[in-house]
Amino acid sequence: MNITVNGKATTLPENPSRTIDSLLEELDVSQRLYVTVEFNGDVLDRDAFTGTPVKEGDVIEFLYFMGGGH
Amino acid sequence: MLTDEQIERYSRHIILKEVGGKGQQKLFDGRVLIIGAGGLGAPIALYLAAAGVGTIGIADADDVDLSNLQRQVIHFTPDVGKPKVESAREKMQAINPDVKVITYKEWISAANISRIIADYDFIIDGTDNFAAKFLINDACVLAGKPYSHGGILQFDGQTITVKPKESACYRCIFPEPPPKDAIPSCSQAGVIGVLPGIIGTLQATEAIKYLLGIGDPLTNRLLTYSALRMKFREIPLKRNHSCPVCGDNPTITEVVDELDALTVCDLKGP
Ligand SMILES: [Zn+2]
Repeated sequence: MNITVNGKATTLPENPSRTIDSLLEELDVSQRLYVTVEFNGDVLDRDAFTGTPVKEGDVIEFLYFMGGGH
Repeated sequence: MLTDEQIERYSRHIILKEVGGKGQQKLFDGRVLIIGAGGLGAPIALYLAAAGVGTIGIADADDVDLSNLQRQVIHFTPDVGKPKVESAREKMQAINPDVKVITYKEWISAANISRIIADYDFIIDGTDNFAAKFLINDACVLAGKPYSHGGILQFDGQTITVKPKESACYRCIFPEPPPKDAIPSCSQAGVIGVLPGIIGTLQATEAIKYLLGIGDPLTNRLLTYSALRMKFREIPLKRNHSCPVCGDNPTITEVVDELDALTVCDLKGP
């Protein structure tokens, strides 16, 4: 399955039960508990991670907290 | 009216057709507040002063620490122990005596932020903790003040400009702060010294463009920067209908402190 993750074309093994939640684990995304997921252009509610299937062609951005400044 | 000396000082601005004498006057009349006189605040304060932004507020309760000097280029070795806002004011006025610098030697909080931002046209977040970042977002959105968000961590940085109720705000992306200590601060995780120079200079550029009324602001797109890969990326964003402060049914209607998120970046080293 081909999706776009953080602007990069990404090929993943076929897995019909893949969700946003399982993808976070599969890709070992940092800040997994706090990362914001933009899914096909919309910020996804955290509650929706487990119920949102990942499909061919999806465009996913992980947005991270960066708290520094000093 | 610009004096002959000012015409010479700002000649490289005035020669730009997008700026000119009129634009330089707009910068003089402009009022920008920098919250945080640290890594991001340092280049922001230096460039805004050099550019001739007429009134610059700078807020920070901290004193200069030896561990700051690796990146906070507005503070010099003899400034260690001095209030950061004082150290910053001295350099800004040395660069440009035309500029009026207003210092706030205090931490921003729900109790003072609305009063402080009220006097400014554009606000810049140069803070190092989520409590302050969310507070600045909420206060600016509620007061309708445009502002620039900036964040840095290790070798990465990001920035976005927020025009309240017109473009995506910080909470449209991050509805609530992470729990205290969930995300490492730069004192825990480190930061490469040049990084705030890059992100802060981008934020200062946004303030100057806003005052001049030129170009396209960095709204509805998060600009991320990786120093290791030497890559900028732009992530398109839009307002989030369920945003707790600028969405359709906001739950945040006045500024409150996010006490749970309080962290301090510049804890003295061990
Ligand atoms: Zn919002």
